[in-house]
Amino acid sequence: MKKITADPKGVLTGVHYLDGDFAIAEGALAAGCRFFAGYPITPSTEVAERFAERIPLIGGVFIQMEDELGSIAAVIGASWAGVKAMTVTSGPGFSLMMENIGLAAMMEVPCVIANVQRGGPSTGLPTLPGQGDMMQVRWGSHGDYEIIALSPNSPQECFDLTIEAFNLSEMYRVPVFIMTDECVGHMHERVVIPPPEEIELIERKWYEGPKDKYLPYKPDKDMIPFMVKAGDGYRFHTTGLTHDERGYPVINAECQNILVPRLVEKIKKNADKIIKFEEEETDTAEVIVISYGITSRVAIKAVQEAREKGMKVGTLRLITVWPFPEKRVKELAEKVKAFIVPEINYGQIVLEVERCAGGKASVIGVPHCGGGVHDPDIIFNAIKEALK
Amino acid sequence: MKKEVESGEKNPIESFLRMDRIPHIWCPGCGIGIVVTSFVDALRKSDIDLDKVCVVSGIGCTGRVAGYLKLDSFHTTHGRAIPFATGLKLANPELKVVVFSGDGDLIAIGGNHFIHAARRNMDLVIICVNNFNYAMTGGQLGPTTPLEANLSTAPYGNFEYPFNLPYLAEACGATYVARWTALHLRRLSKSIQEALSHKGFSFIEVITPCVTLYARRNRLGSGLNLLKYYHDNSEIQHGADTKTLDISFQGKLIVGKFVEKEKPTFLDAMNQRLSRVLGDKYQLYGRINDDRD
Amino acid sequence: MMIEIRFSGFGGQGIIRCGLITGKALALFDNKHATMTQSFGPEARGSACSSQLVVSEDKVLYPYVTNPHILVAMSQDAYEKYYPELRDGGTLIVDGDLVKVKPDKRNIKIYSIPATRFAEELGNKIIANLVMLGFFTAVTKIVSPDAMKKALPGLVPDRFLDLNLKAFDRGYEYGKQILTSQK
Repeated sequence: MKKITADPKGVLTGVHYLDGDFAIAEGALAAGCRFFAGYPITPSTEVAERFAERIPLIGGVFIQMEDELGSIAAVIGASWAGVKAMTVTSGPGFSLMMENIGLAAMMEVPCVIANVQRGGPSTGLPTLPGQGDMMQVRWGSHGDYEIIALSPNSPQECFDLTIEAFNLSEMYRVPVFIMTDECVGHMHERVVIPPPEEIELIERKWYEGPKDKYLPYKPDKDMIPFMVKAGDGYRFHTTGLTHDERGYPVINAECQNILVPRLVEKIKKNADKIIKFEEEETDTAEVIVISYGITSRVAIKAVQEAREKGMKVGTLRLITVWPFPEKRVKELAEKVKAFIVPEINYGQIVLEVERCAGGKASVIGVPHCGGGVHDPDIIFNAIKEALK
Repeated sequence: MKKEVESGEKNPIESFLRMDRIPHIWCPGCGIGIVVTSFVDALRKSDIDLDKVCVVSGIGCTGRVAGYLKLDSFHTTHGRAIPFATGLKLANPELKVVVFSGDGDLIAIGGNHFIHAARRNMDLVIICVNNFNYAMTGGQLGPTTPLEANLSTAPYGNFEYPFNLPYLAEACGATYVARWTALHLRRLSKSIQEALSHKGFSFIEVITPCVTLYARRNRLGSGLNLLKYYHDNSEIQHGADTKTLDISFQGKLIVGKFVEKEKPTFLDAMNQRLSRVLGDKYQLYGRINDDRD
Repeated sequence: MMIEIRFSGFGGQGIIRCGLITGKALALFDNKHATMTQSFGPEARGSACSSQLVVSEDKVLYPYVTNPHILVAMSQDAYEKYYPELRDGGTLIVDGDLVKVKPDKRNIKIYSIPATRFAEELGNKIIANLVMLGFFTAVTKIVSPDAMKKALPGLVPDRFLDLNLKAFDRGYEYGKQILTSQK
């Protein structure tokens, strides 16, 4: 795995006033993304617009595809040509991408998909926020596989985590998701873009051995196979079918039993290295609020009020949502009375918290069906209730 | 390339195939192998760097072509071969990207991508093996099934109008359009050669026998009987008006090269437009793929 | 100290732009933290429209405006919709030609400017938002006029930059006059 610094052409060094969507586009360009295929859908379209405007000055391709099925397929194709590639979508578009997200996981193709979440199901609330795709991102394509999902809560983090998403996808050869929401996507704040030499990028592990010995799915010690580019003379094959180390289809349970565990374990075994979260006052807390994305910034108001009233409240903010920080939540469950889980859905990540709490701490979901953010008082009341 | 042809006693086609995957899965009498042979023949006769040739397939019997060709080859999802190929081509314009798939994959589930790639004049070669049915799943009605043909999901005979593929391709903007049958081995190979050297969206339809399903269900006999049907009923009409190319059940098959014209490809048009508007600020696109050197 | 500001009016008046310009001025040139959020209906023009700004010396955690210190209203609808949430002791700034303020007993400072009329006098009513921003800058003193002017490039079309600056100055001067006359 090679570490390099960012190509200055893509880095808009300086201090900017950007919304989350634009910051995702700038993060992608800084990360060296030179291929974008997308389809307009509110509230993610601004990412595509920004990329379309900037890429001709940097050197790369933007293409508006005929639909989201085509967008994600083109991204996977571009990645096989050795170019960092991404797409962006929301709600219905995300649903349309599911099949090929499975293909990306199966073919182990580095790529980044941003989902600026809106209210669902179906067409739902195009212009209003939601966090209802948090389980879909984990489980949405059929079969067993793992992905990585990050959840920024500010435009600055949209920039930073997009770079991180590319690094993770290159490192683990896995689709990585930026699960933001309409609020953060359309929120403007100061975004500091560092000079290129301060942006560290990771490139996928390129195979460098003899051409006739190349096996596209022979895992290295870290379980991740080496990659080559299309057009470099390796004459390799890859397929969405269950395949052996040569990339050839093998339609039986034995092969499946070698391939699928590796797709899952290459992420699970590295979970500690991948997972990022922020915690505050968890040492002394009796109750911990677990949140992510915009909801973490809404919850903070409730937490502050509770602390002012002398309640012992901690916070755990998930920056990486998938893989889920299982270990940490299990540790905390031993110490606290309750977890409060506000999220802009009818209860998704709360299920994961419940699983990890294992009955040792009570888990109180604070659902919100989408279309806005929580009233902080509702979160405050849940905290108060939990402490009774 | 010469070296590969001259290596040893083996059949010259072998060096183009993944021999460790042979025998293939296709039925005796199936026409897909003939099309693959024509394709390999075209590659041998073309002055083309095989390292730069990518084959992308979707799902179905023809979808398996990618798996047998010893080239960079991609077996993708159902209907998405064209957008996948679009990504490959745009990310590295040096590649010659060939989409090899069936009528159902390209025209039904992938129909939207087909018409838009044609509209953009995306520089791809599309080889559509048309066997009039979904064969991999057991012989169901497809988008090109002729009226009255009997299939498992049209057990009383087809009453849906089929697509006339050359007409569809031309109307959408394809700049090279031809149709052959599995009988026209040499002409097909020549068409593929032309398509490989053509810049833009090239579409070749190949009518092929599906003996096990389409032919048996419709009592059309063996592969030989179908080739005889092609022989007796095809008529070469280069430059024919694509509107006139409908195919009826066991009816006349008009074949030939119908369209060949010059038009800027997607990438040419992109470079032209952006250069004109942005001038020197525009980073001319074409060779971005050498960052590893 | 955290200050909450709401700009409001109808779509097409440049209300979102008001939030953007002010937020950018504060965040990039006045060394403050400023979070701008927006809300508008699905209709692109003519519906009630608002942009919200939370300004702070420190990082803004909670990003939403709940009881603004300052409400700028450029339409009657917007005034009626948002006035009740303006906090006591707060400031209301209106386009006096478009908004009829209903007198009440609340402790609210009210500033009025015929921003749209001034903009028309300058040649284009589309720059009424800049007249309003000049006025807002003068009467609230939350943001420096220099920062506001520096924030304009990129947020207004280049060819209209001078006109926008003129509009800003017109509003700013009017604001200063009002303040002087109130002393």
